[in-house]
Amino acid sequence: MRVLLFGIAKDIAGAPAITTTPVADVAALKEWLYAQYPPLRELRSLMIAVNKVYANDAQPLLPGDEIAVIPPVSGG
Amino acid sequence: MNVLVKISPDINVPQALDFVESPDCGGVVLFVGNVRNETQGRKVEKLFFECYEPMAISEMEKIAQYTVEKLGIRRIAILHITGEKFPGETVVVIAAAAPHRGVAFEACEYAIDTLKQTVPIWKKEFFEDGAIWVAAHP
Repeated sequence: MRVLLFGIAKDIAGAPAITTTPVADVAALKEWLYAQYPPLRELRSLMIAVNKVYANDAQPLLPGDEIAVIPPVSGG
Repeated sequence: MNVLVKISPDINVPQALDFVESPDCGGVVLFVGNVRNETQGRKVEKLFFECYEPMAISEMEKIAQYTVEKLGIRRIAILHITGEKFPGETVVVIAAAAPHRGVAFEACEYAIDTLKQTVPIWKKEFFEDGAIWVAAHP
């Protein structure tokens, strides 16, 4: 699945978008991300957005979903 | 439309004020966020703002709608920049208008506080000797 990355998450992964192995839900995606990029564990928080809305761990990921990794925000 | 939400490399105060000012609103509260020249004693040379624009717009619209539907705001503008900004330059402008000032003060504070917590925008601070993504680590 294609996943967008922003801010420090983009720097950690070294790319603005990555392709993951198939993952069933948000919790599985986070596990995959933490295994692939251990420095993500050190962040203050790590949220996943699905179709531009914050998602909880139980949310299933479906083909065609727009998935994004949201590290701690710091606008304003 | 009583809500203006915008992300752009250039924003300004008149744009927000002109949008919200209206004869039915006796109170207009304005918040302007500028780049500060230091953080915890370290000199800041510039900031870089990155955003996930479609989601950021959506989250800013949610904030604006809340102030209209729950707080009683008549008109609100929320503007945020992207890209590079230097000390003294403006990065965020919020203007909230209501018949009376109390609601406008409350809405303006709610909008900036919530923006900082929920809108997917990230700020990188550049110092003389390096750079960090703000608030990324505990």
